Amino acid sequence: MSSYSSDLAIECRGLVKRFGDNTAVDGVDLTIPRGGIYGVLGPNGAGKTTTIRMLATLLRPDGGEAQVLGHDVFAEPKTIREKIALTGQFASLDEDLTGLENLILLGRLLGFGKNAARERGWDLLEAFNLADAADRQVKKYSGGMRRRLDIAGSLMVTPELMFLDEPTTGIDPRSRNQVWDIIRTLVAGGTTILLTTQYLEEADQLADRIAVIDHGKVIAEGTPGQLKAQVGAGALKVRVENPADRETAAHILETTVGSNVVREKDAAALTARLGQGASATPALQALEESGIAIETFAMGQPSLDEVFLALTGKPVEAEDTETTEEDHDAGASAAAAGGAAAGGAS
Amino acid sequence: MSNEINTGLVNNGRNNAPTATAGAEAENADAIRNVLLPTEQRPTPAGPISGSLTYGWRAMLKIKHIPTQLFDVTVFPLMMTVMFTFIFGGAMGAVVSGTGETGGVAISEYVQFFIPGIFVQTLIMITMYTGMTLNKDISKGIFDRFRSLPTWRPAQLVGALLGDQVRYTLAGVIILGVGFAVGFRPEGGLEGVVAAFALLLVFSFCLSWIWTTFSLLLPTEEAVMGVSMTLIFPLTFASNIFVPTQTMPDWLQPVVDANPVSVVVASIRDFMLGTNEGNLLVVGIYCVVLVAVFAPISMYLYNRKS
Repeated sequence: MSSYSSDLAIECRGLVKRFGDNTAVDGVDLTIPRGGIYGVLGPNGAGKTTTIRMLATLLRPDGGEAQVLGHDVFAEPKTIREKIALTGQFASLDEDLTGLENLILLGRLLGFGKNAARERGWDLLEAFNLADAADRQVKKYSGGMRRRLDIAGSLMVTPELMFLDEPTTGIDPRSRNQVWDIIRTLVAGGTTILLTTQYLEEADQLADRIAVIDHGKVIAEGTPGQLKAQVGAGALKVRVENPADRETAAHILETTVGSNVVREKDAAALTARLGQGASATPALQALEESGIAIETFAMGQPSLDEVFLALTGKPVEAEDTETTEEDHDAGASAAAAGGAAAGGAS
Repeated sequence: MSNEINTGLVNNGRNNAPTATAGAEAENADAIRNVLLPTEQRPTPAGPISGSLTYGWRAMLKIKHIPTQLFDVTVFPLMMTVMFTFIFGGAMGAVVSGTGETGGVAISEYVQFFIPGIFVQTLIMITMYTGMTLNKDISKGIFDRFRSLPTWRPAQLVGALLGDQVRYTLAGVIILGVGFAVGFRPEGGLEGVVAAFALLLVFSFCLSWIWTTFSLLLPTEEAVMGVSMTLIFPLTFASNIFVPTQTMPDWLQPVVDANPVSVVVASIRDFMLGTNEGNLLVVGIYCVVLVAVFAPISMYLYNRKS
C-alpha cells in the first residue's frame, strides 16, 4: 500500500469483477495522474462501465486493489464519494422531475440549504444554456440537453475527479461538440476526468492518455500518438463511380499502399489501411493515371474496429446485443471529422 | 466504419457554421468556467434526517408530476370498502353480531367490525407498491448517481418510505370517509381514530422494509409484485380482518392470532371501538423486529447492488 501516492487520481492493480460465470473485469491495472483527461477505449461489453463503477465505489471489486485520489475503495468509499462525480452511460437523472428540480435534489443531498440549492441550480442551468427548459420535465429533453443537465448535475460542487461513462454515445454531432467543449473547460479548471468511449476519434480529441480495454483486460496503454503509431495512421477510403471498376482500383491500391484492401459491402467502396507515416499520394496518383472515375475518397482515422484488428489481430466481437450501436457508430463517425483532409475527387 | 475526415462532398450540410458559433461557444466556455465552485467550497453532505426528507420531497414531486400514480390509493380503497361492505356484510354481519339475522341490519353491525379491518388490509396492500416503485427506480441511471453521492446511504430508502406515508394517509382518509358514509361510528371518537391512524402508519413503515428487501433482491417489478402478493394474501386473509378468529377451526386460531396483522388490527379496534383485546407491546415488538431484520438486509443489498 505504501507505493500509492495521492498525486495520482487513480491507481489500481489487478481489479477483478465477476457476474456469475462471466468475468467482466479480469485484472485491470491503471495509473492515472491528477489533472487532464484519461480515456478508456473499448467496445461494448469490454468492461469499461464495470471498471468505472468499481472506481466510483458503486461496485465492490472481487479482487485487486484500487486507490482513488489517495483513498482505498474498500476502506474509505465515503471519502471518495465526497470528491468524485459520476455521469453514467444512461442519463443519471430523474426523468419525471424538471431540470431545476433535479439539480435542487442533488444540491440538497450534497448539503446545500433549500435556497442555496435552488440558486446553484439556476446558475448551472444558465451556464449550460438550459434556463429555458428549467421547468420542463427531463423526459421531454433532447438527448443533448439531457447530457448537459447530467454534467451540470455533476458540478453542483466541483469534483476533484469526474467519471464520464460514454458521454457522447447516442447524441447528435452538434451536442457532442458541445459536450467536448464542456469537458475541455472542466479540465482547464483543474478537474481530472476519466471518460470511457467507443470512439477512437473521441479519445484522440480529448484524452491525454488512453487505455484500450477488451474482454476485461487492458490490451494497450499510452498517449493517442503512441497508440496510433501502433495501429497505423488510418485508412484511405475510396468509392469508385462504377462498381465494375472496383477490382481494378483494389489492385492499384494493393500495389501502391501495399496493405490488404478491404472490399466493403457497398459494391463501389474500398478501404486500404495505411501504415504509420505512409502517404496516400502515390495511391491517388496511380488511381488518377489509370483513368478510373472516382466518386469520393477520404482519409479516416482508424476506427475502433481497425484499432482492435491491429492490437488483437481479430475484429471486435460485440458481446452486448445493443441494437442501436451500429447507428450510433455510423452517425457519430460521419460527423467526427477532424484533422487534415487528403483531398477531393479528381 | 472509419471515422472519416470528410471530403467536401460529404461535408455539405454538416457542421455548417462553425465560425458563426465560435464566439458563442467561447462565451459558453466562460459561463461554465465562471459557474464552477472552488473544489474546497462544498457543504457538508446531507445527514440522515435532511437526506431522508430530501428523498421524501422527491417522492412528493413525483406525485405532483404523475398524479395518476395516486389511482391505487384512491380508487382501490374506495372499491374495497364498498364491495366488502355490501357484498359480504349481509352474511358476515349475522355471524359477527351473533343474532343470525342477515341483510341491512347485519350490514350495519358488520361495518363496525369490518372498517378498522379493511383500513389495515388496504394500507398493507398499498405498502407493496413501495417495493415495486423502488425496483423500477433502481433499474434507472439515477440510482448510480444517488449511490455515488456522499449522502447517508439509507436515506434513499427511508425517504421513499416517508413519501409513501403521504399515500397511506390519503388512502386511510378515503377508507374512513367511505366507512363513515356507510354507517361506521367509532366509539373511540376522533382521538381514537387518530391514534389508530398513527399506529397503522408506523406499522406500515416497518412492514415496508420487507418489500424494500424484495425490491433489491428480485430482478423485475413483476417479480416483486408476484412475491409481495403471495405474502400479502395469507397475511391479510389469515387474520381477524374479515371474520372473528373464534369462527375458525381450533388448529388455525393460534396461527391467526400470532399473525402480526391480527395483532395490529386488534389494537386498531381497541383505539377505534373502545374495546380492550389488543396488545400494543406485541405490536411494538413486531415493528422493531421487522425493521431490525429487514432494514439491515435491505442496506446490505443496496450497497452491493450491481
